[in-house]
Amino acid sequence: MKYILMMNGTKAHFSEYTKWSKKDMEANVAFMRAFSKQLKDEGLYVATEGLGWPDQAKLVRSGKDGTPITDGVFPESKEFLAGYWIVDVDSPEQAYMIAARASAAPGLGGAPCNMPIEVRQVLGSHSDLGL
Amino acid sequence: MTRQPSDPPIEPLLRDLTPQVLGIVVRRFRDFAAAEDAVQEASLAAATQWPRDGLPQNPRAWLTQVAFRRMTDHIRSESARRHRESEAACEMDQLAPPVDAAGESDHDDTLILLFMCCHPALTPASAIALTLRAVGGLTTAEIAHAFLVPESTMAQRISRAKQKIKDSEIPFQLPTPGVRARRLHEVLHVLYLIFNEGYTSSAGPDLRRADLSQEAMRLTRIVHQLQPDDTEVAGLLALMLLTDARRQARTTAEGELIPLSQQDRSLWDRQQIAQGVAVLTATLPRGAVGPYQLQAAIAAVHDEASNVEDTDWPQILALYDLLKCMSDNPMVALNRAIAVAMVHGPMKALELLDALKMDARLADHHRLDAVRAHLLELAEDHMGAVRHYRAAAGKTGSLPERHYLLGQAARLSSKLPLTNEQE
Repeated sequence: MKYILMMNGTKAHFSEYTKWSKKDMEANVAFMRAFSKQLKDEGLYVATEGLGWPDQAKLVRSGKDGTPITDGVFPESKEFLAGYWIVDVDSPEQAYMIAARASAAPGLGGAPCNMPIEVRQVLGSHSDLGL
Repeated sequence: MTRQPSDPPIEPLLRDLTPQVLGIVVRRFRDFAAAEDAVQEASLAAATQWPRDGLPQNPRAWLTQVAFRRMTDHIRSESARRHRESEAACEMDQLAPPVDAAGESDHDDTLILLFMCCHPALTPASAIALTLRAVGGLTTAEIAHAFLVPESTMAQRISRAKQKIKDSEIPFQLPTPGVRARRLHEVLHVLYLIFNEGYTSSAGPDLRRADLSQEAMRLTRIVHQLQPDDTEVAGLLALMLLTDARRQARTTAEGELIPLSQQDRSLWDRQQIAQGVAVLTATLPRGAVGPYQLQAAIAAVHDEASNVEDTDWPQILALYDLLKCMSDNPMVALNRAIAVAMVHGPMKALELLDALKMDARLADHHRLDAVRAHLLELAEDHMGAVRHYRAAAGKTGSLPERHYLLGQAARLSSKLPLTNEQE
């Protein structure tokens, strides 16, 4: 079963991150790299991506004649996707355990961030014979 | 010698030979994980060289020889690592039996490999991957593609599965008679999972996934040939044949689901249905009727009806009654409820569902809602049906199923008076 593990943050969260010490930032980056490698070693890894930051985010709607109307205005409280992992596991509980590991990534002063990770199933084209 | 037009196709040949060669190498060197790697390499070498140079006189001996060479190389480098004398490796080389040995234990080896790969110490995902590799002879890339994960992930999964086998000290031999029945049951379960994965993936450009069902049937057929007296093996084979026969009618070209009651039965493979019925007919009289045989029998009753109205529901219900006695699986109870509805009416069936609601295994399962919705529709409670179709749609992990369930909800809600659409 495939699950997507999503890290979200408000503009304020992203802004806070930019103020971390170099040491804390490097520890966090190192953790993320090691975490992906662990998932690969465990045979569970499907994909991972980091996304561009909220300041660059745009909302696009179709305008007349197909030209896009872009807008960069978002409510302060809006949560932006920072990045995600997709894992292939045997159960939702296994996905939650992996999300917990991601959540413990080191933050300020090297202490675990405990950031909330949103876990959702990725739908497959495979269903079940129901036998 | 270049490739002759009369040469058999290489891929299926390699897949047939892989477990045979693996058996020989494991017997000789007693290291399943290393042997599996060596055989993979030999197989990949063959896939490159045989199309270019033509088939060797004795393909199996060719593969075995290459695999043996890889193994001695591996042992030599391991020896060097552990600072052992390289004479030991040379000694092994000299002791290697003639690679042309007929291998009278061929058949046992495929079965032994299956038991190993489906060992309960492995997770289902690992067992599936390892079985497809070691017994099915599929490449890592093919398996990764079939399960929509990166190749390196699948390689790791297989590697770890082999390590697990090593760490669990699973011996390369048939399970003792005391546990053989249970272990065979586990093998059948893995084969069933592979079939399920292939059969229910949406039709369309991804034919590799359809190949998984073919692969499952091929492996089950091999087990059936090796254990002709085992009725549940035959039952599973029949079930696969009878279910797969409906494949063309089960989905639209775009991959949307079509329920049994609405399938175009002219698209069913009547020849394959006959095959499945033949296997089943030969098996049932042996006694020792088990769950797979019963499920096959139910599939046969469906498949033999040329129109949905001709379906012999009382017989299906009788079969489910028997199945329920031997299987604790709540899915059986759910499917039986549908048969109850067709024979005794939806209200009786809905009562059964109320009892099932208590089963923790079904608590959040989309099928409970889906079946309830179907029964409520039969009972003309359209509002209730719509609600439960939508609830089921929200819970299913399958995109085609979600579309189907929402479609059912939409169809019914269009029949409801406007005020009720606010639901």
